[in-house]
Amino acid sequence: MNAVLPHLPALQVVVPLIGAILAAFLRRGNFAFTLTLAVSAILPFISGALLWQVLTGGPISYAMGGWAPPIGIEYRVDLLSAFVLMLISVVGVVIIPFAHRSVASEIDASKQAWFYCMYLLCLTGLLGITITGDAFNAFVFLEVSSLATYVLIAMGRDRRALLAAFQYLIIGTIGATLYVIGVGFLYLLTGSLNMVDVAQRLAAVEPDQMRTVITALAFITVGVSLKLALFPLHVWLPNAYAYAPSWVTVFLAATATKVAIYLLVRYLFSIFGVAVNLQALPVGEIIIALSLAAMFIASFVAVFETNLKRMLAYSSVAQIGYITLGIGLANQAGLTGGLVHIVNHAFMKAALFLALGAIVYRIGSARLGDLAGIGRKMPLTMAAFAVAGLGLIGTPGTSGFISKWFLAIGALDRGWWILVPAIMASSMIAFVYVGRVLEMAYLREPSAETARASDPPLSMLLPMLVLAAATVYFGFDTEWTAGIAGKASQALVQGLAR
Amino acid sequence: MTMLAPNDALLLALIAPFIGAALIPVFGRWPNLRETVTLVTAAVLLFFVLQLLGPVLGGARPEWAGFSVAPGLTLAFQVEPLGMLFALIASSLWIVNSVYSIGYMRGNDEPRQTGFYACFAIALGATIGLAFAKNLFTLFLLYEVLTLSTYPLVAHKHSVEARRGARIYLALLIGTSMLLFLPAIIATYVMAGTLDFTPGGILGGKLGSGAMAVLLALYVFGIGKAAVMPIHFWLPAAMVAPTPVSALLHAVAVVKAGVFSIVKVVVYIFGLDTLTAAGANVWLVYLASGCIVLASLIALTRGNLKARLAYSTVSQLAYVVLGAAIATPLGIMGSGMQMATHAVGKITLFFCAGAIYVATHKTEVKELDGLGRTMPVTMAAFLIGSLSIIGLPPFGGTWSKWTLALAAADSGYLVALGALMISSLLNIAYLLSIVGRAFFFAPEPGAASAIREAPLACVIPLSATAGLCVVLFFGAGQVENLLTTMFASR
Amino acid sequence: MQALNNFIAHYNYVITIFLMITGLYIMVARSNMVKKLIGLSIFQTSVYLLYLEPGKILGGTPPIIDKAFTVYSNPLPHVLILTAIVVGVATLALGLALVVRINEAYGSIEEDEIFKKDREQ
Repeated sequence: MNAVLPHLPALQVVVPLIGAILAAFLRRGNFAFTLTLAVSAILPFISGALLWQVLTGGPISYAMGGWAPPIGIEYRVDLLSAFVLMLISVVGVVIIPFAHRSVASEIDASKQAWFYCMYLLCLTGLLGITITGDAFNAFVFLEVSSLATYVLIAMGRDRRALLAAFQYLIIGTIGATLYVIGVGFLYLLTGSLNMVDVAQRLAAVEPDQMRTVITALAFITVGVSLKLALFPLHVWLPNAYAYAPSWVTVFLAATATKVAIYLLVRYLFSIFGVAVNLQALPVGEIIIALSLAAMFIASFVAVFETNLKRMLAYSSVAQIGYITLGIGLANQAGLTGGLVHIVNHAFMKAALFLALGAIVYRIGSARLGDLAGIGRKMPLTMAAFAVAGLGLIGTPGTSGFISKWFLAIGALDRGWWILVPAIMASSMIAFVYVGRVLEMAYLREPSAETARASDPPLSMLLPMLVLAAATVYFGFDTEWTAGIAGKASQALVQGLAR
Repeated sequence: MTMLAPNDALLLALIAPFIGAALIPVFGRWPNLRETVTLVTAAVLLFFVLQLLGPVLGGARPEWAGFSVAPGLTLAFQVEPLGMLFALIASSLWIVNSVYSIGYMRGNDEPRQTGFYACFAIALGATIGLAFAKNLFTLFLLYEVLTLSTYPLVAHKHSVEARRGARIYLALLIGTSMLLFLPAIIATYVMAGTLDFTPGGILGGKLGSGAMAVLLALYVFGIGKAAVMPIHFWLPAAMVAPTPVSALLHAVAVVKAGVFSIVKVVVYIFGLDTLTAAGANVWLVYLASGCIVLASLIALTRGNLKARLAYSTVSQLAYVVLGAAIATPLGIMGSGMQMATHAVGKITLFFCAGAIYVATHKTEVKELDGLGRTMPVTMAAFLIGSLSIIGLPPFGGTWSKWTLALAAADSGYLVALGALMISSLLNIAYLLSIVGRAFFFAPEPGAASAIREAPLACVIPLSATAGLCVVLFFGAGQVENLLTTMFASR
Repeated sequence: MQALNNFIAHYNYVITIFLMITGLYIMVARSNMVKKLIGLSIFQTSVYLLYLEPGKILGGTPPIIDKAFTVYSNPLPHVLILTAIVVGVATLALGLALVVRINEAYGSIEEDEIFKKDREQ
């Protein structure tokens, strides 16, 4: 055991990577699924152990391949990255049982093994972005996960999935390239790629080099914002979510954008924020303005969307607005709200997409009009949808309320009381688009199609019920969500230069 | 009379309705057994609530410390006199209402009865929790649970009209609570650093009088359940619900939860002295007075019986708000009395409206001519309920009107006094005109022969609540005793 | 004169920026998907230059340790860009594969035509 423990940071990435390579040699979808299941089951233990180590012993620095930082690649696990690693691993293991039948029904048998191979690669990339302490290494992982994501999206049954994947490929690559340009400027300026090292050296730059710092900041922020679908850079997201295989949508909605958000927080708070007084620049104000636009415009679009996958996708854009709002507020309570919403939104949106995936599995449609009376035919599925939907609205007793509570307090702490009614008004729009679905599902008589539907098998049902239960549970016990997010944001906010 | 430790009785009272709600679907296939569960749950709930009465009268404050959800957010319950009174009203009327529901739902062959009774139990559980909430977060949580659990009840018929009514109901209640109530709570927390209901309030010296008036407005309009104009549209819209829902929820539990919340906020968050010293309550006195008269006037114009009763409720709720707005111990006393007497009186009227519907399928006032001869018990109960609402002895309403008038006069709000007087006259006009039609007008020729009294399960409850109107007249001293202990520690 | 000197001294950056803008422009302006991918490649190539240029130090030799030389060029950008090229090639390959599939599914690789087909559907 002692031989393994120090290498946990490497294993976090290497285990899914080896899984991906093995999956590439498999031909049978079932074998690949079993392999993926095994990998997914191991990952939470690794990230759990890392989180525990960080909570008890502070940040972990791991020299990849034995090359000491800042020359070698450092894997750095602090509270924030451990938090996000835990999120990805847990979401991964909770939703994987759903994949078996859902993937079998949507992907050709000959391609299923490749599907799981791509999924594991994507997972590798996401975990890698989160754990690495090296700016360029993060770019490589970003591209690993992105390339795998493009393939996964293109596997959707609808031909529009191909188009969505292509569009995402173009936009995603632009984003990654902008990011790498920003990193290039940082490298030119500091001669280092290690994030901690860069932050230290940035703090010492001459005032006349500030322009380069701000240019790097701009490139990285825009590049990462493309990946995290910050309004108005979100255009790739709705189609990608709508036409990807159901289960891929679940995974992407819960993790992919969240990791990009992590990267944004990392750069704004651990690198630029430490070196430069960001309060003097309108960074926070710009992010808040865009967040507000996302919260309202994307929510409005969601209200009029009849394809429920697209509706939830636009809802994701809006909810990402909440998270970036917390980032823009950049104070203890606000950032806590943003970070805790990463987890809360991941759980509830995964539950929603899972429920929708189950409906597609049963009736083959995700159109609002086809869902009449489905609440009585698929009671548990719709119950999960309803509970997670309430979380989206932010009713008290769900985790969404907790996020909103912290965000609102953060806004008041910053003295921007007008944001409080804005946050609430946006959740009222969520209330409209969620309520529309629930009314259709519960207050209409079942149509001929829905009358034949029934709840899906347990392997599909269990993940969404667990996530819906988590939405309620984390509305009452916030020690592992807001508690850790609070500590992480405390560390980040304290590090900011004034 | 205490057999249980008060703290245990509190916990049991809080969970009993939810256990009932969980059991009802289990017995969904056997209607008699299912209704037994409802009745037993209601009885058990009342038993536990009664266990609390003695200790609270003795000055104790049974509580369940609960747990911390996040900094500033604690789930905790504590019984104080006003909540005690509210819980007592809700739980005792639930028993009567359950009997009535059985008669009404079966008499009308309503569909989806299992869900109906389950949601009803959840709504009652939320009401009890709200009554015993120790802080604003707990109150807000159960406030929303109450809204959400009553939505299926309002939409029960699933018709286009029911969906529309339920949509307005939900949108207005959730909308106001999210847009105004919650920001008010957050602002309170940021200013005071706590959300606990504390005798004397928590906002003393924390903000200026102008800001205090604004904050009070956020609370008053944010608590949409209190149906203060102009946030009252949901109440007439909610009348699409089956009558037992209108009776217990929209004359007792839901609307009283609203005014109860306002009174709690005034007493335990602002603090009476803080509020009156800042003069932040004056606008509300005038608004409430205006509501009282205006809603009565609107009630006069409504031809649909339930719509007329709904506007009557809007007007009567404004009485409670008026008591809170006056913000003196006497005013709060009047509010509490009004909550009790209006609950009993209005539930009687709704029971009668439902009984008429079950027996004759009539919903309009002008169709009720001569009904007093064929449905004498129902219409007699209607008369008693009306007199209590108007405030004539020997019925409970007398005392609440009297106390409120006294409080208004005491504080020099002559406008409020005038509003109370005018409203009483208007009450006579819109309520007694119905009774007059029923007893003194000739029925439409040929229509009356087939009409008989409503089923016994409807008639017994409405007679019982009519009796309670009388009991409250003579038992008002007990209510007063209970409410006095609210201010005993000061 | 000053401006001209400045321009000549930084001509490599000018080329980089020119390529960058060209690539971006092609991606935005062209509806042909293969051309979009070409634009993407040009865009990425400009970044390779951005990294590689500063790595060369005037008078520096390749970084092979030898007593005769004291000034070496920086090898790290080359290593980084080697990786970036691999990523770029993979992206291009995947993009082209997608275009092939799109052509099979829609019978066209012009974005506006494809959008029209989807709308008609």
